[in-house]
This record gives sequence, structure tokens and C-alpha cells, in this order.
Amino acid sequence: MPRSVFPILSLLASIVCAVPTDACARQVFDLVAAVATAQPGDTVRVPAGVYAWPTVVIDKPLVILGSGRPVLDGGSGDHELLRIESDDVEVRGLAFRGVRRSFVEDRAAIRVKEASGCRIVDNRFDDVFFGIYLARSRRCVVEDNTFVSHSEKETDGGNAVHSWHSTDLEVRNNRMEGFRDGIYLEFTTDALVMGNTSRRNLRYGLHFMFSDRCRYEDNRFESNAAGVAVMYAHEIEMRRNRFAGAWGPSAYGLLLKELKDAVVEDNRFEANSVALLVEGTDRSRFQRNAFDGNGWAVKLMANAGDNRFERNVFRNNTFDVATNSRRAYSRFEGNFWDRYRGYDLDRDGTGDVPFRPVRLFSLLVERNEPALMLLRSVLVDALDVAERFLPVLTPDNLVDEAPLMTEPAVHATRSDPRTPLAQRIERP
Amino acid sequence: MMLVPAHEAESPLVRMDGIEKSFGNHRVLAGVDVDLHRGEITALVGPNGAGKTTLIKCLLGLSRADRGRIEVEGRTVDPDGEYRRRIGYMPQNPSFPDNLTGREVIDLLREVRGGEEPGDPSIRRLLGLEGELDKPVRTLSGGTRQKLSAAVAFLFDPTLLVLDEPTAGLDPVSAAAFKDHLRHSKDRGAGILLTSHVMSDLEALCDRVLFLLDGRIRFDGTLDRLRDETGQRALERAISTLISREAA
Amino acid sequence: MNTTQRIALYQARDALRSRWIVLHFLAYLAVTEGMLLTGGASVKAVVGLVNVVLLLVPLVSLVFGVMRLYDARDFVLTLLTQPVRRSALFGGLYLGLAVPLAVTFAAGILVPFLVHGALGGETGVRVAALVGCGVALTLVFTAVAFLVAVRQADRVKGIGLALVTWIGFALAFDAVVLLVVTAFAQYPLERPMLVAVFLNPVDLARVLLLMLLDAAALMGYTGAVFSRFFGSVAGLSVSVAALGLWTLAPWLAARKAFVTRDF
Repeated sequence: MPRSVFPILSLLASIVCAVPTDACARQVFDLVAAVATAQPGDTVRVPAGVYAWPTVVIDKPLVILGSGRPVLDGGSGDHELLRIESDDVEVRGLAFRGVRRSFVEDRAAIRVKEASGCRIVDNRFDDVFFGIYLARSRRCVVEDNTFVSHSEKETDGGNAVHSWHSTDLEVRNNRMEGFRDGIYLEFTTDALVMGNTSRRNLRYGLHFMFSDRCRYEDNRFESNAAGVAVMYAHEIEMRRNRFAGAWGPSAYGLLLKELKDAVVEDNRFEANSVALLVEGTDRSRFQRNAFDGNGWAVKLMANAGDNRFERNVFRNNTFDVATNSRRAYSRFEGNFWDRYRGYDLDRDGTGDVPFRPVRLFSLLVERNEPALMLLRSVLVDALDVAERFLPVLTPDNLVDEAPLMTEPAVHATRSDPRTPLAQRIERP
Repeated sequence: MMLVPAHEAESPLVRMDGIEKSFGNHRVLAGVDVDLHRGEITALVGPNGAGKTTLIKCLLGLSRADRGRIEVEGRTVDPDGEYRRRIGYMPQNPSFPDNLTGREVIDLLREVRGGEEPGDPSIRRLLGLEGELDKPVRTLSGGTRQKLSAAVAFLFDPTLLVLDEPTAGLDPVSAAAFKDHLRHSKDRGAGILLTSHVMSDLEALCDRVLFLLDGRIRFDGTLDRLRDETGQRALERAISTLISREAA
Repeated sequence: MNTTQRIALYQARDALRSRWIVLHFLAYLAVTEGMLLTGGASVKAVVGLVNVVLLLVPLVSLVFGVMRLYDARDFVLTLLTQPVRRSALFGGLYLGLAVPLAVTFAAGILVPFLVHGALGGETGVRVAALVGCGVALTLVFTAVAFLVAVRQADRVKGIGLALVTWIGFALAFDAVVLLVVTAFAQYPLERPMLVAVFLNPVDLARVLLLMLLDAAALMGYTGAVFSRFFGSVAGLSVSVAALGLWTLAPWLAARKAFVTRDF
């Protein structure tokens, strides 16, 4: 609705502005001209109003500062709104809308091209195809922006923040909703992604590949259609994030594929179909994470090895650990399992009887999915108990030898005051 | 074999015509025709398996006859059971919900009948039942339950009483009181059908004997006629004479 | 008040005064309280109760149902000789047992949750579903018990038949389904599985509870038929309706048997 109304409004405004008034002075402000006349290092103030300029190219170090949140409107949506082609550009306080999807280019509201040191702070993006597209950039900061899109199909959407071949990127405290991917990083190294809320995107809340040495902290990824995917990277650190509400047959709270030396600590996984899928991932640490109310808490594929799971908390999951292998190449030790029924006679805080987190039934379902229909059948539960005492089919070395007797305190993810509590987990 | 001419003019209390009933291949009733009359105590006798219980059940609507027609006071035996309103029944093994009191059982029956008020309560006094009515049935002795069953059968001034071994389990004093009450009911015009293995009871009470064997009425007449026909004074002997005669 | 209700009221009064119905209440009270004490006042307690309900409710309803009718047989004769319709009498006998069973079951579960103040939000919804399914199973299996007891005059055979029925619905049915699923793994089994669920009220109740307790896992299922079924309000409503039909079918069958039978 707004998209169709605003071009008409601005047209009306330009007719009315045949007589110059205070209000019309803003309308006639021309950023293209202002940038052309500005000196490097200047601050260009954009007054409040709705503007339909052609693509504005910033080719010198400037601060573009909106006052009263001026709107850059793409009109028919066939062009990008702002292009940053110089180092040290700051864009602050603007609103962007009206960038239509394109099948031939990744059309973005703001494109950063081979620039370093840019700062894109406190802007709004409504109904844009791509929000911010960074290519071959360095040391850029994307902070406190809000991205809202209403794409209906995954193939129709672009990404809110898209980075390609960049380094030292910081993405902080942004909110993104309704895009294809909330944050997409490819060949982007040494990035810090922190404090963002990425929800209800059509594919991934966070999607990155070939991006080494990145840190992801205190983010919230909620109700994204496919969850979060992290692939082909080394030395990734993920801490204190919340992965919630990834529902569906190929939705993963966190999908890890072909990672080496990853650190996944103090995260919360809540109400996902599969909370954590670990595939082809080696030498990684999974510590103090909380898995609560998921279908599968951890799916560990046979090609993952040498990983350590310690002091994690498993509560109210349908399946705690599932695997497609008779052997386990990862270690579980000192986790808390709410299914554990052992005892602690020597009072050392860990159970005297080892815990086998893989249920026979999860193996049956893995091989033969319709069997899932028998979940919680008394018969199936009886088979599970029998298998636990006398493992025949489940991996005999996938055992937590020292299960915790009491639930350890785990990190509580920071609450986001902008998200009402009731909406935090939504069914798709 | 119709008897008791005094009643011939009236329509009978119960009329059964050609009652047949089989369980599988076993024919239990093979065409029973009999009428019961007001003011008459009729004994239904016969060896075990002769069909006495089945005949009673057909009369009460507990079992459905395969063929034939039963009328009570001119009303056909039908599923809605309204014809049973004036029938009192004492089963062979009386049983009531364990945790209800006798009074609650009586209340239940009253309410089931749509709040019908009970009639003459004298039988409760006669049997000494009043003091037992507020105890749960499970605490009552077998004899007391039998008394409760009798009270239930007489509760709504029935015009037809069907009594299956009514004095079994009653102490001699109660049994005598019960028999007095039975005669009293008869004098007031009730028709009574009873089975009993206690021959002295039959001799003391019955106006008429129906002898049932292999699903048919083999003898229907007064006690005196039975004695005449068999040449036996004692009812017990008379009956065994009948049975051996049939067998021959 | 009609005749059915009057008889039901007296039957219920009799039932509520008996020792076994008190035990029935106390058993559910103890199990629920135990779950809440060990697992905390949360969804976990509900999950723990699912198996108890699916196993115990059919057993208790079946065994109590047949015993009750056999015990009452002679009194039923007395009632049958009253001017009462048999169908009304049957309704009264049935409600007089099924309602006290359902009420003591529901109270046994609900009272501990109430005492622990754990009936808010999601847990409340799940407890309600659990109690609802338990009540439905009570109605179903009391009716099945009456059907058994009305058709089988021999008490010992009747109790045996009730136990066999219980094993069939609670365990054997799922065993057969599991065998079929394993043996015919290469065939598309989604639809047959869905049909199978509707053939067994215990499975139907279990699947209904799954939709509330294990939605995350069910949504992870790749098959289209299941996801469409489990993911929709329609699937839920169809299941609830089917459970309703299940309470009706054995009841009607038992009533028909009761009305036409020779006593």
C-alpha cells in the first residue's frame, strides 16, 4: 500500500511547490547536487521529506546526516538508492524504501563498493530487495539499523545485510525481518556480528560461508524458516546467541557444515525442529549451551569427529542426540540430561552410571521416518528402556560417562526490549 | 385343563399363548399356554432345566419369547416396560448396590418410576426391616437382603407378584410373617406366581400347581386334583409320581 | 431429570462411596504429585504422565467396567423388572460408572497441578489436553467394557476378554504397526500409518498429545502428508472429532447389545 501511495504524494507535492514555501524548500533539496558541491570531510544534512532521486553516488568522504528521518524513495524501484564508492563515508538517520526485486542484479538500497571505513548507522529500510550490499569492503560498521521486508517467497527476497569478499566488518544491534536471509556473509573474514535480532526471514536468519575467524555474539535468531547456517569456515566463535523457532523438515536452529575449530558456547536453543546439526565438523567445542524443547537437540553426523560436548543442558527435547552411525567420533562429558535417571552415591556431583543419550527409537526414525508416528507409544518407550540396558543398535561409545546430577546455571540471553515476550517464539 | 370356574368370566391377570423359546438348538419352552388370575397363588414346579426360570423371564420381559404372546392385565409385553408397573418381583439372588442403603434403593426405585409413592409399608414392619434401612447394603446379612428384596417386591402394591424362591434364606419367624403377608395380598386380589423347593411352603400357600417339564405344562390344577390324580398325599411325592409317569 | 440421569446419580453415589474409586483418585494424585516433585512443575511432568494415562486409563476403565457390570447383574435384573426402558437403564448404568471414573481421574491429575500453581500458560493447555484425552479414553473403554460384559455372560471369560482387549489396544496394535513399518520400509507408508492411528483410540489420543508436546519434532518430519496433517488446525480438529466418534461407537454397540439381550 505505501509503496503505491508515495510516488503519487511526491508528485502532488511537486505540483503544490510551484509556490515556494518552507515545506517545499525541503522538497527541492537535491542530495546529488549537495554531494557534488561538498568538500571531503563535510557533513551534508538532509532535511525531512520524501525524495525520489536517481542513484546517489557518494565518491568522497562525507557524513550524510538525515534530520527528521528523510525518506529516499525508489519510486518504480528500478535503481539502487545510494552507492558508497569512497572510504570513510558515514550514512546516518535516513529511511530507504522502494527497491524492487530484480532477476539480473542484486539491487540494494545501499551498495558499498570497494570502500573502507564506512559507517551505516541508524537507518530504516522498508520493502527493499537487498538492504545493504557490501562488496570488497574493509572495516565497515553496520549498526542500529532496522530492515523490514514483506517478501512472500524465498526466491523473491534479497538479504538485509549482504557482504561479499570483505574483511573486518562489524554488524551490531540491527533488526532484520522478512528477508530471504537476515545476514549473509560470503568470503567475509574477521567479522563481528553482535547484538542483532534476525527473525521471520524466509530462509536463514544468518547464513555464512567461507568466512573464517568470525565472531557471533548475543544475537537472536528467531522463527527463521530454515534457521541459521554456518558453512565452510575455520575458527568461528558463537557465544550467547539465541536460536529459536526454526520449524520444518529442513530447518535447523544452527546448521554447522564443514567447520574446523569452531567454538559454540553459552547459546540457547529453544523450540527448533533440529536445534544443532553437526555435519563434517571437526575439533569443535560445544559448551554450556542450553537445549530446551527441541525436536532433536543434537544431530551428529558420522562425518563429524573429535568434537567435545561439555556442560550443556538438555531439557524437554523429544530426542537429545541422534546419529546416523554405530560409532561416535565425538565426546560427551559432564552434560546435564533431564532424562538421566542415575544416582550419585559418591556425592561428586556426577552420576555413577553413564548416560546413553541416543534412543533406539531415534535410530528407527532415522532409518524409517514414518515410524515417528509411534513416538511416545508405551511399546516404543519399553523398547528404548531395554536398549538402554543392553545396547544392540545404538552407538556403544556414545556415552556421557559423567552426567551432571543437577542442572548447571547457563547463560541467559539478553532480552530484547523491542520484542514483546509473547512474540518471541512463533510457529511458522 | 382350565380350572377355578369363579374366574372364568373375568379377563385373566396374565395370559400366555404358545410361548416358545430356544437357546441355540436347545428348545427350552415348547409352546406354553397358561393364564394367571387375581386372588390366586400359583406354584410353578418342575425339575431343574424344565424352563421355569425362562418362563418367568419371558413374563417379566427379561427375555424375549421367540414365538407366542404374553399379556398382563390386557397389555402386551413390550419394550417400554410400562406393563411392569404393577408387577412385583423377587429374584432368586437378590442383590443391591453395595454402598447404597436400603432406603436409598427404595428411593431409587421410586424415582425410576417417576416419583411414584410406595404403597402399604406393613411388610417392612412385619419382617423387622425398618431398623436396617439406613445401613449400607454391603453390611447386611443374606437374610436381611432377602427381606429387603421382599420389601422391594411389595413396594408399589403390585397386582402380580413373581417370586423366585422367596423364603430361601429367611429365618422361620420371618418366613411365617412373609407367608401371612402373601395370603393377605392374595385376599386383596393380587395374583401370585411362585417357585419354591420348600414343599411345605407350596402346600401351605398354593391354590394351583403348574407342572412344567421339557418346556410344556404337563399338569395344571388344584393341589387337591394333583393329589387325586397321583394318589399321593404329599406334594413332593405327587410331583415325583408325575415326573416318573412322564418319563415312562 | 429423566430416568437415565436418576439411575446414573444413584449408581454414581454408590461408586463414589466405594473403596476402589477412592484408590483410583489417590493413585492418580500420587503419580502426578510424584512427577511434579521430581521433575518440577513444568511441561516435563505432563510428558511423564502421558504414558501413565495411555496405559492405565484403558486398563482401569476396562477392568472396572466389566467387574462393575458383573457385580451389578442381579440388581440390573431388579431394575429391568421396573417400568423402565432398557436404553434409559443402560445410559444410567454407563454414566453412573464412566462419570465417577472420569471425574476422579481428572481430579487426581488436576489437584496437584493446582496446588503447585502450575496451570498457567503452555503447561495449562497441555494439562488440559492430557486430562481431555484421559477422559475421552475413560468414556471409550468403559463403553468397550460394557460391550464385553453385556455380550459375554461368563464373568471369568469376560474379565479375560477385557484384558486381551487392553493388551490389543495399548501394546499389540503398536507392535504390529512397528513391524509393518520396519518390514515395508521401502514402500510409502505415510497414509497407511495415518489410517492406523484412527483405528485405535489410544493411538489417536497419543497423537493428539504429540501435536502439543512434540510439535517441534513432528514439524521436522519430511513427509508431506504428515506435515500437512500435524501442522494444521484441520488435522487437530479431525483427530478430536475421531476421538469423539470413538466414544460413541462402542457405546452404541453396547447399548444395542444391552437392549436386545436376554437376561
